[in-house]
This record gives sequence, C-alpha cells and structure tokens, in this order.
Amino acid sequence: MEAIRFDKVKFMYREEDGVYAVNGVTLSVNEGEFVAVLGRNGSGKSTLAKLVNALLVPTEGKAEVFGLDTADAKNVFEIRKNAGMVFQNPDNQTVASIVEDDVAFGPENIGVPREEIAKRIDFALDAVGMQAFRHAAPSRLSGGQKQRVAIAGVLAIRPKIMILDESTAMLDPRGRREVMDVVKKLNKEEGMTVILITHFMDEALEADRAIVMHRGEVVMDGVPEEIFARSEELESYNLTLPRAAYISKKLAEGGMPVKGAFSAEELAEEICASLRKV
Amino acid sequence: MRIVAEGLTYTYNPKSPFASHALNGVNVTIEEGEFFGIIGHTGSGKSTFVQHLNALIKLTGGSLKVGDYDLADKKCDFLELRSKVGMVFQYPEYQLFAETVEKDVMFGLKNFHKDMKEEEMRAAVKEAIERVDLDYEEVKDKSPFELSGGQKRRVAIAGVIVTKPEILILDEPAAGLDPLGKKEIMDLLHAIHGGWCKTIVVVSHDMDEIAENCTRAAVFSEGKVVMEDTPAGIFRRGDELLAFGLDLPVTAKCARILKERGVEIETDFTVEDFITKVLAEYGRRQG
Repeated sequence: MEAIRFDKVKFMYREEDGVYAVNGVTLSVNEGEFVAVLGRNGSGKSTLAKLVNALLVPTEGKAEVFGLDTADAKNVFEIRKNAGMVFQNPDNQTVASIVEDDVAFGPENIGVPREEIAKRIDFALDAVGMQAFRHAAPSRLSGGQKQRVAIAGVLAIRPKIMILDESTAMLDPRGRREVMDVVKKLNKEEGMTVILITHFMDEALEADRAIVMHRGEVVMDGVPEEIFARSEELESYNLTLPRAAYISKKLAEGGMPVKGAFSAEELAEEICASLRKV
Repeated sequence: MRIVAEGLTYTYNPKSPFASHALNGVNVTIEEGEFFGIIGHTGSGKSTFVQHLNALIKLTGGSLKVGDYDLADKKCDFLELRSKVGMVFQYPEYQLFAETVEKDVMFGLKNFHKDMKEEEMRAAVKEAIERVDLDYEEVKDKSPFELSGGQKRRVAIAGVIVTKPEILILDEPAAGLDPLGKKEIMDLLHAIHGGWCKTIVVVSHDMDEIAENCTRAAVFSEGKVVMEDTPAGIFRRGDELLAFGLDLPVTAKCARILKERGVEIETDFTVEDFITKVLAEYGRRQG
C-alpha cells in the first residue's frame, strides 16, 4: 500500500522569499519502506518531512498520506496519528518529568482510554529497550536514551510512519547506534515505514532506498549502494561519499582492481582479494 | 601558553546522593601550538576537563597551569585568563542573542576590554567576522537568526576569537553539519591555528576527524586520561580503544582486519596516507 504520495509539491515559507524550499517534488513511498533522505543544509529535507505530517501544507501540488490529503483540515488529526516525527534535539522534545508520563503524553492527547495507555507505554518502552527507565527522570538520561524515549513517545500513538529529522545528529557514536538499531528493528519487525533524514552517509546505507535533495528538488532516488556509486553526481550536489567508498574509489583510480566498498569490512575484503591476485 | 594538568579531580554534587566523580586524577600536557584532540564517550569527563581550562569550573583538586596562570591560586586573574582561553561550546549558534551580528560578536570584547574605544572595537569585530570567512558588510547589520546554520556557527566562533585568545577550545565544532559544512569548519580551524590562535583544542566523537586533523590527542575514560599520543599512536592500539567503548576511524578498522589476514600497512591513519600506502603495497607485490 502507498503510504506517502507527493504530486508536484511546492512549498514557500514566505512570499517575499521568492524561492520554493520544496520545488516540485513528486514522490511515492510504500508502506514498510525505509527511506533515507540526504542533502546539504538548506536543501529542503526538513521542509519535505514537515509536509508529510501536515505541519506544513503544500503551496502548490498535492500531498497525501494513506490517501488523505494533508491540505484538508479535517484530515490533519488522522494524518498526525499515522505519521509521527522525532526531531534533532532530545532536550526539546521532553514534556514530562518522568519517562512514562512523557510517553503517555501523545496517547492522552488523542483520547486513548487509560488502560490502553498503560499497554501502549509498555509496548513503546519495550520496543526501544527503555522499560528499566520507566520511572526515571528524562533529564538524567544520556542523549541516546532521551532520543529513544522520544521515539517511544511517537510509538505510543501507534503511527504507521516514523519520520526522523536528523535525530542522531546530537548523539555520540554509541547513542547513534542505539537509535539506529531501534529504528531498524521497528522497520523490519513491525513493518514501520521510516523516513530518515541524515547527514551521516553510513546511516543511509542501512536504508532500502535513498533520496538526494538539492535546492528543493529530488535529484537522485535509488538503492543507497547505487546512489553512492554515482560519486561525481553526488559531489555536484556537495555531498561526499562514505569514507570507505571514497577510499575504494581512489584505490581503483590508482590502478588496483577493487570494487566499491561501503564499510571497513568490505574495504578490507576488496584490498585482500586484489593483493592476492598479484 | 602550555597547559599542564596534574592529578585533577572533580566531583559533581559532592556530599549528596547524586555525587558523581567526573574527574579522577587527570594528567595531561598540551604544548603551545598543538592541534589537540580530546576523545572519550559521553560521561568520560572530557567536557568537565575542558571547562576547567578557562576556570568555568573552579579547581577543587589537583593542579592546573595554563601558561603562567596557576588556576589553584585564588589570586589568579580569571578574567584575563578567560580572554586568553576562548571556549566555543557545542552548538554555539544556540547562544547567539543580540539584534545584529556585529553586536553579538562585540559582546565578548566589551566584557573583557571595558575601556576599549568604539572604533577599535568595530575594527576588531570586522577582523574577526572576516576571519571566519563571512562578508562583514553583508552580515554586520543582519539579525544572527536570519543566517544559515553554518553561518550562525561562524558568527558564534567569531564572537569567541574576537578577543584573540591564545588557546581556542571547541566542543564538537562540526557536530550537526553536513559533510561539506564539517570540512569547511575544520578548514577554518586550521586557518586560525598557529596564527590567530596558537593552540587549538577540539573535543570530538568523530575518530576520522581526530585522525585527519590533530597533532596529538588524549583519550578520556572514567575521569582519567588513559592514552596521550599522536593519532597514529592511539589508533594503532585499536583493541584498547574498542575496550573503552570507542570507535576507530575507517582506515584503522580496515588496517586492523588486514593485519589479521597478514597484510601490514604502516600508516598514520589519515585517508590520503592510507590510500598511498595500500597502493604502494600493491605496487610492491606486482614487482
């Protein structure tokens, strides 16, 4: 089933700007897909994300989430139940002084019955591995833990789509890993549709599909490995290759018979193989 | 100015149930002119340590000397010290507050040099804004909030370097930027290093960044410095780093696997050097 459908969507923040932050995007995302969105700061990634859950509505064109038009005010409630969003700064997303209250905030707002809320808190905290911190104060958690609580808060609404807008940017490598593991698990085991906006090229490699945005337009769309194989094109959008891919490319240019590698392990494999051939 | 810390200790919330020992005897020396990296995962004490360097946290145990300033001495001139040791926090753009870029950058200068003339201040502000590669005439009267993320971060750095600190400390200066933005910030720091600011100290989670940019680095773990060496020296001890819960640069990860398979690559773990050495090994085997 189609989860998100954008048809020639344009969006301008203020008329006097004269530029479209999102400029004619046509896009279709199926339920259960894991899509990474790449692009420089200011390329329109966050605007695109906000257009999905009706925080913004298109200036032109049409955006639909599970067939519901985001421009129709009657649909907004339903759309936000279906598409939850996790932002960059964990400290800006905490509303309560105890973890379980924080997770309960969303379902309370949409009028979920009390007994059901308790079940949802259980489910959400289990899903992100934070059950042990149920009665802890969010302010005393690490960044990665706080982001997992923020994800649990979204999960408690039981959305079908989760949008992460640079949600790992402020975390240390361990925190990033924790969040990525949770997101991947939700995608694989629960069939959650994931839209992951990121500057980390290695995170994009964990997705099924990557989209590159440039000046408000979708300029590349494909399997991450395919996208990274088109290095010249990527560079023209001011993006860089993951380090391992860059190294394998340079080695190949230097005359070594190595194929494109996307991780240190693959790179070592390629180097070993080509040294052995000699 | 040379930084020498000996047996530095610090406890948050002492004598309370929340007491936590952030520093447990830190020994480290940072020479003048270094581009020094500080590594360690969250909670290892690295931020607590750097906040000691310009007395944002007052010394409670051990000794710390920054140039001729003895931070254990109650008569130490902390205001003067702070003008010479600049600190750029994580996400410094969140600290911008003034109506215009010029006023924001001037704020630090006004605090440290109360008797400085207005024209002199303007000249210094202009120089600092140009140093961070922004167009002074174009941005000076703008609100800092109208600028892009990368530009805001530059304004925040200008606001710190405007006092011409000898030592510049930055906590995760490239965090949250896109890959090109990261490179631009690191290039800027190299341009400042040696001239405008003699010494640069960078706190970073990004091991690739440390490998590419630093002269030496210290690894923090549980409130102590557990390694102090060149990046090459540190990343050669990959097993120990992994045991501290830290990551390795891609080059070091790859070299480690190659070594297990009997291929030794002698590299300093920068990307360029790694490529050169692998190609050399390939060439050697080809005869």
